[in-house]
Amino acid sequence: MNNNEIVLKVEDIHKSFGGIEVLRGVSFDVRRGETKVFIGPSGTGKSTLLRCINQLTIPDRGKVWLDGEEVTNSGARINHFRQKIGMVFQNFFLFDHLTALKNVELALLKVRGMGKAEAREKALTELRQVGMEDWADHYPAELSGGQAQRVSIARALAMDPDVILFDEPTSALDPELTREVLEVMKKLARNGMTMLVVTHEMGFACSVANEVLFMENGVVAEQGSPDLLLNDPQFTRMKDFIGRIDSRMSD
Amino acid sequence: MDQTVFLFDILLPALLQGLIVTLQLIVCSAPFGFALGIAVAVGRQYGHPAISWFCKTFVFLIKGTPLLLLLFILYFGLPSIGITFTAFTASVIGFILCNGAYNAEYIRGALISIKDGQMVAARSLGMTRWQAIRNVILPQALRRAIPGLSNEFIYLIKYSSLAYMLTVVELAGAGKQVATKYFLYTESFAAVGIVYLVLVSITTVAVNILEEKVAIPGTVRATPAAQL
Repeated sequence: MNNNEIVLKVEDIHKSFGGIEVLRGVSFDVRRGETKVFIGPSGTGKSTLLRCINQLTIPDRGKVWLDGEEVTNSGARINHFRQKIGMVFQNFFLFDHLTALKNVELALLKVRGMGKAEAREKALTELRQVGMEDWADHYPAELSGGQAQRVSIARALAMDPDVILFDEPTSALDPELTREVLEVMKKLARNGMTMLVVTHEMGFACSVANEVLFMENGVVAEQGSPDLLLNDPQFTRMKDFIGRIDSRMSD
Repeated sequence: MDQTVFLFDILLPALLQGLIVTLQLIVCSAPFGFALGIAVAVGRQYGHPAISWFCKTFVFLIKGTPLLLLLFILYFGLPSIGITFTAFTASVIGFILCNGAYNAEYIRGALISIKDGQMVAARSLGMTRWQAIRNVILPQALRRAIPGLSNEFIYLIKYSSLAYMLTVVELAGAGKQVATKYFLYTESFAAVGIVYLVLVSITTVAVNILEEKVAIPGTVRATPAAQL
């Protein structure tokens, strides 16, 4: 597999809600195996950007390509692309009426049309990947937030996606549970999964991200390796932002 | 005439005949009323605007008019435009329409109560809208609709007696016929009432068992609120 190959291309995404322009032209390329982390103040369109990529939100302007095929304006084929673009949500959104195992199985059975035995096997493999196979028969309401999020990562992994979008995956979790989820994500990154992550976890960004995109007012304000953005004096805005978070925490 | 003879040789055999007809009416109406309820609720909530409007209007019309009127139209009105039903069929059609419209409202309430995230997550995995409704939204919504639906089922048991107005001799009708023939109104109608009470009691117990059986482990609904 060519590691320099561009798997996802995002071009000039614009999106307004009720006259307020949330995204004002965002473009970037994602190479296979790369982890990109999006950081920035609330309301700067980071989550909207992720949702525009798999068309859960339809952008007003701009295009998205996956492996050279256009995802935007793809009509009913969007369901094909969504299998290839996994998504993990802040509030997990596990299917409440299904066990952990069935949560992972469902799309394999209904979307991929897999047989029961094969789907079960695959679902168990993915649960093992995130350390949740012992909880396969438990329902979402019986899981901690960290466990639920790991199941939802397994659910995304089961579709063998080209890229996974993480929308603030640890924002609903306390520090202990945050750690267990970040461990799983680090492992995925090491194993070569392509990931786009919206997060406020600077530690994660610094240790895992190939590139950090600092977003402000609907555009990418600064972009580069975590080292570069934190240490090069020419970049100031992300450092300012982090400084504001830190001073708030020490209050 | 001996009370025992009246009760065991006249009243109860007549009521048993009527009960069989009542059960036939319910068995023929309830499954279709349930299916219609799902279709109308989903159509209204997720359908194309025209379908949604149609479902809304259907519910409005049924809710806004007496069931008896609907039954009269089906049985006495439609023959004038060449559509003729037996009394039994006309009753069943009327019950299905009525039951379906009310079921639709209970199910719609439950659909609305399912958080958007469930649909969003399903779509993000590549499910079509219909697959998401069928596999994710409805299984959860129908569980929440059980109390309302069981209520409506109990109404159906009782309003099935309106079939007597179309000459179908069901449970209440059978009681009425015995009562008028022997001038024993109190005894006859008390017995009819008891049979309905038993039917409703069986339903209530069955619904409780069903609710426990389908409760999702770990959720509030699986635990009585008094324990919280």
